[in-house]
Amino acid sequence: MKFTLSWLKDHLETDATLDEIVEKLTMLGLEVEGVEDPAQRLAPFAVAKVLEAGPHPDADKLQVLKVRVLIEGEEKDLQVVCGAPNARAGMSGIFAPPGATIPVNGMVLKPTKIRGVESNGMMCSERELELSDEHEGIVDLEGDWAVGTPAAEVLGANDPVIEIAITPNRPDCLGVRGVARDLAAAGLGQLIIDDIPEIDGKFESETKIWLDFPAGAEDACPVFAGRMVKGVTNGPSPEWLQKRLKAIGLRPINALVDITNYISYDRGRPLHVYDASKLNGDIGARLAKPGEKLLALDEKEYELTPEICVIADSARVLGLAGVMGGEESGSTEETTDVFIESAYFDPIRTARTGRDTGIVSDARYRFERGVDPAFVREGLTLATQMVMQLCGGSPSGEVIAGAEPVTEKVISFDPARVKRLTGLDLKREESIRILTALGFDVTEGERLSVKVPSWRPDVEGEADLVEEVVRVHGLNEVKSVALPRRHEVAQPVLTTSQKRERLARRVLAARGLVETVNWSFIPGPHADLFGGGAATPGLKLANPISSDMSDMRPSLLPGLIAVAGRNTDRGFGDLALFEVGQQFESEEPSGQVLAASGIRRGTARPDARGRHWQGKAGSVEAFDAKADAAALLASLGAPVDNLQISADAPVWYHPGRSGVFRLGPKNVLGYFGEIHPRVLGEMDIAGPLVGFEIFPDAIPAPKKKATRARPPLDLPDLQPVRRDFAFVVASDVPADKLIRAAKGADKKLIAGVSLFDLFEGGSLGDDRKSLAIEVTLQPVEKTLTDEELDEVSKKIVAAVEKATGGTLRG
Amino acid sequence: MTDQSELDRLEAEFTTAIGDALDEATLEDVRIAALGKKGRVSELMKGLGKMTPEERKEMGPKLNGLKDRLNEALAARKSALKEAALEARLATEKVDVTLPVRDSALEQGRIHPLSQVYDEVIAIFADMGFAVEQGPDIETDRYNFTALNFPEGHPAREMHDTFYFEPGEDGSRLLLRTHTSPVQARTMEAGKPPFRFVAPGRTYRCDSDQTHTPQFHQIEGLVIDEETHMGHLKWTLEEFLRAFFEVEGVELRFRPSFFPFTEPSMEVDVRCARLGNEIRIGEGDDWLEILGCGMVHPNVLKNCGVDPEKYQGFAFGMGIDRIAMLKYGIPDLRAFFESDLRWLRHYGFAALDVPTLAGGLSS
Repeated sequence: MKFTLSWLKDHLETDATLDEIVEKLTMLGLEVEGVEDPAQRLAPFAVAKVLEAGPHPDADKLQVLKVRVLIEGEEKDLQVVCGAPNARAGMSGIFAPPGATIPVNGMVLKPTKIRGVESNGMMCSERELELSDEHEGIVDLEGDWAVGTPAAEVLGANDPVIEIAITPNRPDCLGVRGVARDLAAAGLGQLIIDDIPEIDGKFESETKIWLDFPAGAEDACPVFAGRMVKGVTNGPSPEWLQKRLKAIGLRPINALVDITNYISYDRGRPLHVYDASKLNGDIGARLAKPGEKLLALDEKEYELTPEICVIADSARVLGLAGVMGGEESGSTEETTDVFIESAYFDPIRTARTGRDTGIVSDARYRFERGVDPAFVREGLTLATQMVMQLCGGSPSGEVIAGAEPVTEKVISFDPARVKRLTGLDLKREESIRILTALGFDVTEGERLSVKVPSWRPDVEGEADLVEEVVRVHGLNEVKSVALPRRHEVAQPVLTTSQKRERLARRVLAARGLVETVNWSFIPGPHADLFGGGAATPGLKLANPISSDMSDMRPSLLPGLIAVAGRNTDRGFGDLALFEVGQQFESEEPSGQVLAASGIRRGTARPDARGRHWQGKAGSVEAFDAKADAAALLASLGAPVDNLQISADAPVWYHPGRSGVFRLGPKNVLGYFGEIHPRVLGEMDIAGPLVGFEIFPDAIPAPKKKATRARPPLDLPDLQPVRRDFAFVVASDVPADKLIRAAKGADKKLIAGVSLFDLFEGGSLGDDRKSLAIEVTLQPVEKTLTDEELDEVSKKIVAAVEKATGGTLRG
Repeated sequence: MTDQSELDRLEAEFTTAIGDALDEATLEDVRIAALGKKGRVSELMKGLGKMTPEERKEMGPKLNGLKDRLNEALAARKSALKEAALEARLATEKVDVTLPVRDSALEQGRIHPLSQVYDEVIAIFADMGFAVEQGPDIETDRYNFTALNFPEGHPAREMHDTFYFEPGEDGSRLLLRTHTSPVQARTMEAGKPPFRFVAPGRTYRCDSDQTHTPQFHQIEGLVIDEETHMGHLKWTLEEFLRAFFEVEGVELRFRPSFFPFTEPSMEVDVRCARLGNEIRIGEGDDWLEILGCGMVHPNVLKNCGVDPEKYQGFAFGMGIDRIAMLKYGIPDLRAFFESDLRWLRHYGFAALDVPTLAGGLSS
């Protein structure tokens, strides 16, 4: 919303400076987005008199002028070379001294020589000062102006333009008068009394108004008022009006159109003027019929749907109600008889029409926020009056259909609410004063009875009134009050899941992985590769911002892999990356799953990466991902000893080099392994690339403990004994099976089993392998005898052979 | 009986031999020759048995003294030889200590600035007694809009460029939450007042340009009880911003604004200085818009099953990405999500750089 200072002063009597007004607007919630003060731009320029004008010795089209100027309070005569044909002795113009910046091109003037003749400054054209497009000659001032008079004063360009942002709750401030009312309430002047006299109709309008809506849709247009004015002379509007419209960025068209635009900005009241000669019969509002079309003022044709409210005559659609008029029925310079429309259109339907047609207009902007329903007829009167003033003509009586949809809203208001809600101790009288100044009708009582003005659709309850009062009184008067502490020493607040999420990040970063934050939406083909996409149509966005951001991610891996690809292309191919965040199995809240996932590419191994004088790191492998996953699970409190590992990871992993961590048959804690070469191929990134996915919330919650005390530490006095065994087993026997069998051979004595050697091939052939383990035996009561050692060894061998079908290696 | 001169000669001979021994083997030979089973001193000792008690009384201490002195000399020499051997070995054992070692994992890993700032923010609010609540990214229209007092068709809805999913069979459309405020509604609905929590998380709007990304991060705060008012809101924000930006004090300016879910609604500016591209909070004479807030709208309380006649309180919301950019001088929002390794290394944080109030939020 833009307006000029002089325009504001049509409604507000004030001595306040521009700065004061700007500051107050912002503090009232009418945030000033910009102030353009042409006087500031024109500050260096002032009136100068041409004393002499003579030919330039070396150029036919140039003249050498002697001009009298005022510089630093002293009159001086300067020589200026000028190319304007209208430059002549005795004229007054606008002089730009050396050092001035020319508005149109930003050039800074310097004393110079033009074709060998000295020139000190410049006589300006209107275009150079950005006043108009006039560039035929220099400004030729009429009247007698003293040398040195500021250009802004002479040219009338001293009216600052203020632009404010209007929040959707304040349609009343989409007119200058509403802005003035707020400022007056805040003590910045007096709202000038509005006097809109009745108009005497000279005749009865032959055009009548109808409203035709099916039951239930009457609120699309509850009131439609109009008036005929005959015998108008349309043409360019007067200069003051053109200047105001131009100042706020509107192009003057003709007086009739300019009047409607002016009232739209002056009062927030959109109107339309029809050329009466182009109307067929009566005019009214109805819903569009299927198949109807309209060529709108923007010269585009719109296909209408039965949801859209239109203005029509007996022959055709004339305009989109509240949004835009039609091209064919509008007024032109030839128009002599006009019909002025002032109506109220439903905000929601207007907004929908605007959205569906994509039309952005000043009318739509106002109607969809809610214009003052009580100002329909007054708006019409104001428009009629202005048409008569600027274009002449004779008005008809008012014709109207329906009634202004004004519902009386009275709020029972306890002024003590102000203190309760804001802490601000405000006198009851101050609250009443502010509300009254804003147009509320306040009746005293134990509680105040506050009638809401028709132009404030946003005010519904006591909280809204509190806002009005503190907003106008000054929000910054509210003093800080400490929030009471719930506990003198803060208590922990994070849930188990939240703690795991934080810990996961720190653990993975400590293992050398770099955290990324990637998009929650990924390309459809990527989602397809990771179990989402086509398999979960409910997770596809209906209006993605691009096809690369179309599907909610079913896994964090595709995002990480894509990132690895981009970094590899930049020359950084040894990457260890992770993300902790949400992935989506379904659109239900329960389908959003927390994952901590990571990848390693190239030689970015946990303990070493790249080439080094102590040895090359080699390529990442599935066990690197397993190490990350296992470390993470252990840190997050998973019962590591009870986890089952199986080789049935999802399809995006290499079928032979990947695994699943489970706790029980159904509870999957995570996956790890090499990413499937086909997936890497589809995503156009070269391997080797391994990854893992851990689901922290799948780990059982820790049991609530009654005490923080650790269990007592029972350290045996006897030394542990270590024995090595090597077994030959079939190639497909999982090592885990062997280890578990050994561990279970004597639960009392065996304290640990570690696998220290794997041998495949050679003399064993293709289908067998050798696994060597070290078993730690921990005697508890007495040192083990040789016989006892033999016995436990036999038990271990027997248990392993039974479980794996292998044999002790001789 | 051996006379004294004999003993002296013997002692001199062996002492010389011990001193001349250049390695432990030679020294051992000397020891055996003197003190071994058949060593010459040992032989003399054996003769003691055949002596008369008087002779024994004279020779015993002399021989034992000799034996002790030789043993001492042997031990001293042995120790000296060992020391010399170690020195000789050490002289050959030398590495180029300037050779580089491998980078430790701790140096290579990084925490994303968003996560770091998230931890900082939580540290402050946890101290002020705020719990942390979360909600789903995929929301219903009710939680994202209706419950928060965005009427159907209200232009405020349009200000949120919303991502939608395809409509279901009943015509209802799920959406990606456009703000973290749905967590307010979900948490209030599920619990009983008083409430005091923050709700951080991902939010989405279909908007993408220099300063907007389709995904961004917000943190929401809500306090509901019987007496919390705007003065408390002001204090909470002042304390939070002072602690977060790690400055002596901040000055805030509240401007009236509009959000459907608060009444009164305010935007908050913080005093700052702009030095080129750098923004310094807590000094200067410029203002920077930093967050939105207000007193929770009675309709929102009602919609969430809280009695607005009895309970009241405030809500605020701010961009985590935005305050991260401000605090750490990160110029471009889009870079947060581009995951350029060079950017992550430069703006990221070390794994063990955990923000605490005791140690300071940033190191």
